[in-house]
Order: sequence, then structure tokens, then C-alpha cells
Amino acid sequence: MSGARRPGPMRLGPQPGEEIDRKRPFTFRWNGDSVPAFDGDTIASALAASGLRVFSRSYKYHRPRGLLTANFHDPGCFFQVGDEPNVRGAHRLAEPAMDVRAQNTWPSLGFDVKAVNQLAGRFLGPGFYYKTFIKPQRLWPLYERVLQRFVHAGQVSPDTPRTAVDKRFAHPDVLVAGGGPAGMATAVAAAQAGARVMLVEEEYRLGGHLRWGGEADLAALAELRDQVAATPGIEVLTNAVVAGRYDGNWTAVVRRDLPGGAEQLIKARAKVLVVAPGLIERPYVFAGNDVPGVMLSTAVRRLIRLHAVKPGERAVVLTANADGDAAVADLVQAGVDVARVLDARAGQGIVRVRGHGVGQHWGVRAVEAADGTTTECDLLVTATGWTAPAALLSMAGDRPAYDPRAARFFPRHLPDDVLATGGIAGDGSHEELIAHAGAVGREAARRAARIRRERQAAVPTRAQANGAERSGDDAGPTAIPELPVDAHPELFRASTHGIVDFCEDVSSKDIFSAVREGYDSIELAKRYTTATMGPTQGKIELVNAIAAAAEATGQSIGETGTTTWRPPYAPVTLGALAGRPLEPVRYSPMQPWHEAHHARPLIAGAWIRPDHYGDPAAEVRNVRSKVGIIDVTPIGKLDLRGPDVPRLLNLVYVNKWSKLGLGRVRYGVMCAEDGVVFDDGVTGRLGPEHYLMSTTSSGAAAVWEWLENVLQTMHPDWAVHVTPVTTAYASMNVAGPASRDLLLRVTEGVDLANETFGYMEVRTGRIAGVDGCVLWRIGFTGELSYELHVPAGYGLHVWETLMDRGADLGVAPFGVEAQRILRLEKGHLIVGQDTDGLTRGFSAGLDWAIKLDKDDFLGKPELAWQHDAAPGMQLVGLQPEDGSVVPPEASQIVDGPRIAGRITSSRMSPTLGRSICLGQVSASLAAPGTLVTVRLPGGRLIGARVTEHLAHVDPEGSRMRV
Amino acid sequence: MILIPCPWCGPRDAGEFHYSGETTPRPDATSATPAQWRDYLYFPANPRGEVTETWYHRMGCRQFFVLQRDTDTNESIPPGRPQ
Repeated sequence: MSGARRPGPMRLGPQPGEEIDRKRPFTFRWNGDSVPAFDGDTIASALAASGLRVFSRSYKYHRPRGLLTANFHDPGCFFQVGDEPNVRGAHRLAEPAMDVRAQNTWPSLGFDVKAVNQLAGRFLGPGFYYKTFIKPQRLWPLYERVLQRFVHAGQVSPDTPRTAVDKRFAHPDVLVAGGGPAGMATAVAAAQAGARVMLVEEEYRLGGHLRWGGEADLAALAELRDQVAATPGIEVLTNAVVAGRYDGNWTAVVRRDLPGGAEQLIKARAKVLVVAPGLIERPYVFAGNDVPGVMLSTAVRRLIRLHAVKPGERAVVLTANADGDAAVADLVQAGVDVARVLDARAGQGIVRVRGHGVGQHWGVRAVEAADGTTTECDLLVTATGWTAPAALLSMAGDRPAYDPRAARFFPRHLPDDVLATGGIAGDGSHEELIAHAGAVGREAARRAARIRRERQAAVPTRAQANGAERSGDDAGPTAIPELPVDAHPELFRASTHGIVDFCEDVSSKDIFSAVREGYDSIELAKRYTTATMGPTQGKIELVNAIAAAAEATGQSIGETGTTTWRPPYAPVTLGALAGRPLEPVRYSPMQPWHEAHHARPLIAGAWIRPDHYGDPAAEVRNVRSKVGIIDVTPIGKLDLRGPDVPRLLNLVYVNKWSKLGLGRVRYGVMCAEDGVVFDDGVTGRLGPEHYLMSTTSSGAAAVWEWLENVLQTMHPDWAVHVTPVTTAYASMNVAGPASRDLLLRVTEGVDLANETFGYMEVRTGRIAGVDGCVLWRIGFTGELSYELHVPAGYGLHVWETLMDRGADLGVAPFGVEAQRILRLEKGHLIVGQDTDGLTRGFSAGLDWAIKLDKDDFLGKPELAWQHDAAPGMQLVGLQPEDGSVVPPEASQIVDGPRIAGRITSSRMSPTLGRSICLGQVSASLAAPGTLVTVRLPGGRLIGARVTEHLAHVDPEGSRMRV
Repeated sequence: MILIPCPWCGPRDAGEFHYSGETTPRPDATSATPAQWRDYLYFPANPRGEVTETWYHRMGCRQFFVLQRDTDTNESIPPGRPQ
């Protein structure tokens, strides 16, 4: 296809160790133009090969920016790729037909109107937003629209197809963060010692700095890679990062190698974590340090060695270490004219860089050295020092210590299950570092084995198997050799001010300003200037920021300290954190029938229930006149057995339970220890030591835990066994004047006559041929009704049988909405609807149930005090004077300017043909007949009268007792 | 999340448990004053350092147990039965 395309003008001949495949050329688009690339190029390396240097505009001042670090953290290379914003262009591999665009520039990269910010620089100093755009307040919407235009970052399309990536759980013995030489040697040693190892590397390939090294480095690289491949027990994840470490080595590992920019979160409980992140090269601060053409030595070596790209034509190099020296050699070998080498170890230095060119041709023109000379060039390479990426150490509780001799921070005190190796731990020859890493790997495996033994020993059922393992082969801690630490000059800032945080456009001058304004601790200076708070999260700028703050305050770097590194170490997409939404739902066994009969679904917690079947008012009328059936399977059901069940019931319910006869049912209310009503239900006695408790649907799990709490922590001496049977039974309520007639047709083994099976009683029998059914005569709806609990597997069969056998009786289903209306007509409260988190027993119309003469029961002290105090809120029935008005629930009840209560339940009653309510009102308004004022949303005031009883229909309850 | 050592199941992720609060002695309900009762309900000691608390292994063995945990380091001393 595009094989005939010529490679870019800055492409070099083949390099040993290059990671591009010259046999696979292709093109992609950059701001609409076609750019040639090879398989293995990053977007930025391909652009650089084509001679392009300006890739973006900075955040605040919109200064043209180019390559600085040429890796994931490069602040000048955030691109929009297709519909994916903020792509790290110096890390992301280019792909055929990729559509890459610059971000944060308008109208184009070359001519950016927003660069006008530079002129306003004086007014856009640190923290300018604390001082500007504040008054007048009415202009805030305008300020917001204007500021939005200047906000960084790309564009997200709402039409991007969504992919859900499942999270993964992993349990490695040893997790190695970093796949450079030390990381690889550690992984191999740990795996050889028997550990299950996960090795995580940010780049696409293992090898770290060996990849762009000389011949010896490449040979060492090949050897280590072979060892990793040949050692069983190492899972290698490249293009992945350890994003966070939490207590107990609970770590977040993020894989970035999924197509389309998707990421996967791996939650890894590692026994031992080895931190081997190497060192990150630090930029130098001076005037012009962000001009395209200023690069770090590692950037230059990566471009030349990995991607065969010539970084410039004529270079000046400022070097303070061996890597800088090696960069000089690489530049010469690549045909770059190295015009001047300034050795910082010999006291040489630079003052500023001068740029030239307009728009996207802006770049380095000359370098002014500290000795006053000026050298013309298009490339300045700096090698002024290294920063320890101490994030994971910080997250492990360490506060790294600064060593002025080495000019960097070192680990100080790590917990037992975290180790550090490689450049972050010290320096030395390749052999010394590998030896250290190997020892660390063996020690990590030893500690992981010990942790495994300890965890297994903590499981009683494994105690026997443990006997053999405990003797173990623990020969004692591995000897880990000391690593030497090389001296390095402390080089942070030249004699001029320059950019410290490239992402946030914060200069050293800004940090001095912040200190002058009083923000003189590093934590305050950071937050005030936003230095280290951008996408690079401090990796390349933190130490320079600390050095600037130290300079400004006159303290040492050690005294200034560092800010805290917090997870995530690198940005993580929300998609990785979200994973795939998993929302289990529960259906009753009768669900297929509901669906076939067009039930409107209601989401009730995890349950899907039928809300109604088309006409709830008609359903209500049918229950009051004929017979209806409702699916109430979600009701909580607990099977209680044992001689001490009555004691348990007496403790958890507010009323008395010692004398509940066989076959009898009682209504009970539970209060928490603060007296607040927390659940209600009916409990029936099925046998001498066998009871069945029902709870509200939403309280099923909570009440079960409550009972277990009482039995296990308060009364382990009681003999009670609790079994949750909520989903073991399908439950349905057959309600209406014809309900007994219907049940007579399908029930065997139970005498349904009113004289033998009265209201508030329970029986077991056979329904529609199914044994083991429980029948309760209870009355939430206020009609003659039977609640049937059928072994769940037969639920649908029994339901269909009832529907079939009751057709001539007018049987019809009714849903949750109709049930709410029916129970409201009867004034039956719903816990959580008519009560809230502060409603204690005597405010819920339950005075008749609370037996304060009982011995201790849960909630008694608070209920006793509530009883003795002046009456508070009361639950009452209310009827609006205008029966056609249905006040929305939660409408306020007002008494002059004061709020005196609220409407808790409210519906239009089909039975009465008028609106009916329950409400909480203050005691002074609770007397029957009182006219209260209800404030509807919108402000309209209506009158409503307190009813004699809570029940609006059949207050004597005679209909239930026939 | 932190590891909680269940006495029956061994160390498990804290997400499997329901935290049941500090294990403080329940005052005698018949003789406690409102101040004492409400202190018990609403004012846990919440110390930095060692605390005695009750956990419920909701997604495991469903047993309640008492744990001593260091709130600074989240390390737990091996647990015992609830009192």
C-alpha cells in the first residue's frame, strides 16, 4: 500500500536494538496531513521522524511544546486520537489510518488564538482564579462559558460505543512493579524460589533502560529476557502499571493493552510487593526550558536507539552524569553535530535557551552558557539528575529520605511485606544491581511463603494440614547486599527562572511568588500553584518544585520535605474502574405469568415486582368486591426453632409473646436500641417449638442479621435456630369476600370455616396438590384474606391453579400499587414510608402494642422515656377537605410559619371516591376533627381534617373477620 | 481493602463483612440514665490505636466475632468469640 512512501527526513538507518519494523510501513493522519510510520513507532516518534517538532500548546499560556521526555510522561505530547482524548503520544503506538489531532489549540496548532494568554501572563499568575472572575456574581455563567473555551484536554463523543471490561482478581505471591533489569532479575529469583510472580511493566517490552543502552546493555537485556521467558511461574504484563497499593498489599494493576484505549483493572492481593520502578530523569529549570528542541538525555537516546530518529541537526549537551555522557556518544553516532558539551561536574552550566520561528516552527535557536558564550543549535540535551518514583513506597507508609550527596530521595522504612530494588534503592554496576535484585527476589519469595503459612494457620479447618507446613524450610532471612550510592551534583535550577511543571504551566518564579504570599510550606505551595497536580502527577516536576520552594524559603530540601503521593500512580480511565455493571435482580417464580399478563414492573430493591396490570383502581375494587391475588414473595420469612423462641420474640418485639398458642398469629413491631421503629410483621406458631416470622420485604436481610446479632452476641445461651426462608417460599395473598370460596376449591387438610380457622391464625396443608404450604389468615388489605406460602418450586403452579379455578368468582391479580391503596384505606402503616429514621414507637400509632411492663426488650429505655415526655409527633389519618385533591407525599403540614408535620402516604381511594392520607403531625394538631393546613409543592395551601381512626374504610375491621 | 481475620474462615477481604461497631458493654437497660444510654448508643470511643470491635461475616460463615484492631496500622490481633 504505502510501501513506496519515503521515510521521514529525520529517520536514521538501522540501529541495534531498534523496536521499529522497517518491513511494515504505513501512514496515519496528523491534523489532517499524512505522516509515514513504521510498525513499532510511537505517534510522537513518527512525527519526529518527519521533522515535526511542535506537538501541542501548554495549558495556561498556550506556549508551543514538543518532545521533552519521549515516554508516557511527556507533557508535550497529549493528543486526540479519533474519539479518544488525552492520548500519551510518546507512548501510544501509531497504527495505520489513525486520526491524530492536537488538543487545546484553536483554530490550529500553528496559529493559536488562545496564546493571547501569554500577553495576559501578568494577570494569570498562580492562583489567579482565587482573585479574578469573582465579582459580579451575576456574570458567573458568562465567565464559565469563556473559561470553558480555554480548558485543556480533548473531546469525548457521547456516541462512542461502550465496552465493559471485566475486572480481574489475582493473588500473586510476589508482585514486582517494574520490568527493568532489577525487576526482571527479582522476578526470576522469586519464581525460582517457588513463588507465583506477577511482573508489571509500564512500557511495551521488558528491559527498562537496557533497551536504549550500548552493546553490553543489549546483551544483558537479551539474557534477562530469556531467563524470564524460561522461568515458569512468572506472569508478565507489559503496557500495564501498578496504580495503587493499599493496606495488606491490596494493589490495583491497570492493563492498558486493550484495543481502543480500553483498560482493565486487576485487583491483586499480593503477599509481597517488590518496588523496582527505576529512576525518572528530571528536567532542568532555566529560561526557555520548554522550547521545542530541549530534551532529556533519555529522550534523545530513546529516539535514536529505539525508533531510529535523529532528534536534531546541531546539539549542545549539558551533562552531569554517565547517562548524559552516553547520550553525547549516541548523538555523534547518529550524525548530529555536537557543537558543545557543558560538563556540570566541572562547574559549567547554561543560562537560557533562545528560540525562533513562528507557530509550529518555533524551536531552539541558541544556547547561552554560564560562561557568557552563545552557541547556535536546534537541540539542547540535559542530563541533570534523577528522581526516585517513590509513589508506591509512600503508599506503603514510607516517608522517603533525601540524600544531598546523591541529590535524590531514598526509601527509609518499609513494612515487612514491601521491598525495593534497582535504581530506587541504590546505584552500582549492572552485576551489583542484578545481585541485589536476585537477593531481594529470594527474600520476597521467602516472606511470601511465610505469609501463606500464617494465613493458612489462621483457618481452623486447615490446622491439621498445617502440621507439615509449619516445620517449613525457613532458613532465616536472605542476606541482601548493600548497594553503593553514587554522588550526583544537586542541579535543579540555573540562574534564570523556567518552567517547573510543564503540564500546569507553573514556573519557578510562580513558586517563589507563592512563598512570598505566605504559602511557604511545600503542601501549601503545591496547592496554591497547582504544581504537581497535572497529568504527570509530580513524576518529572516534584523535586524541582521542592527545590524551588526550598530556595525561596531558605531551607534545605530535606527540611522542606515532599508532598504525599497518592493513588492512582498514573491516570486510570473510568471504564477500568467501572468494569462491567453487575446488578443481580430477583424474580418470584410467578414472574412468567406476570409478564404474560402485562404487569408493569416495579423495582423494589433487588426484586422486580408487578406494580399493576393496567388499572390499579379497578384492581382495588375487585379485591373489595370479589377476590384478588397479589404476589408477595419478597416478604421476609424466617423459620425459628427451639425452646427459647418466645424469649427471643419478647426481646425483639415491643409486645408480649410468651403465650402465643399453637396455630395463632400475632402482629409485632421491632424497635432498635434508640427506640426507632425499624421493622414490623406477623409471627405465627406452627408447632411447640416451631415459629415462622415474617418481616417487611426491604427488611428481610436486616432482620435476619438483627436476630443473629441478638442470639450470638447477647444470648448465646438461648437455644434458637434461625433459617431464612424468604426465597424458599413463593408467597401470595388471596384477598376479598370470595377468597374463602376460592381456597375451598384447592385446599386439602385444612378446615377453612371461620369458626375453626379464625382471623390471626395459621395452618399448614395441601394447596393445589402441593404439600407443606402455610396458610395465614391475616389482613393487610382489610378484606377476608389468606396469605399462602408455597414451596417455591410450585409457586407458579399454585398461582395458575388459583387463577384458573377462580375465574367464575371474578379472580384477578393485583399489584403493589393496588395493595398500597388498599392498606392505606385501612390505615395500616408501612415502616419507612409512614415512619422515618427518627420515628420512635409512640409516634407511629403503636401505643397499643408497646408493653412497657415487660422486662427488658430492645428499644425499651428510649420508648419509656418517650412515653414519659410530652407527646411528640403522632401518626394520624387525614382527609383533604376537597376530596379531589391528592396531596403529593411529603407535602408539609404547616401551622402558621412553623412546619408541624408532613403527609406520609396519600392516594385517591376508589372505595370512597375521595383522597385519603396518613401523616405525621405534632401532638397539638393530632386530635380527631382538627383542621390542619397542608402546603402543596408550588405553595398552594389546602385544608385537611384529622380522622377518628387511622383507617378510612371499615375502622372496626369487621370485613377481615368473616 | 483490609484483611479481617475471621476465626472460622481465616483472613478475608473486609468487603465480606459487616462492621457491627465497637464492643462496649451494654448498660443495664433497667437502671441506666438517658445520658448513659445515649452515650452507649452514639459516642464510640473511636481511639487511635487499639480498639475492640464486633464484625459479622455476612458473606461467609455468618458468625459474629470480636476483634482487636489497631486503627493506625489496620493490623488485627487474632480474634475471639463475642461476649
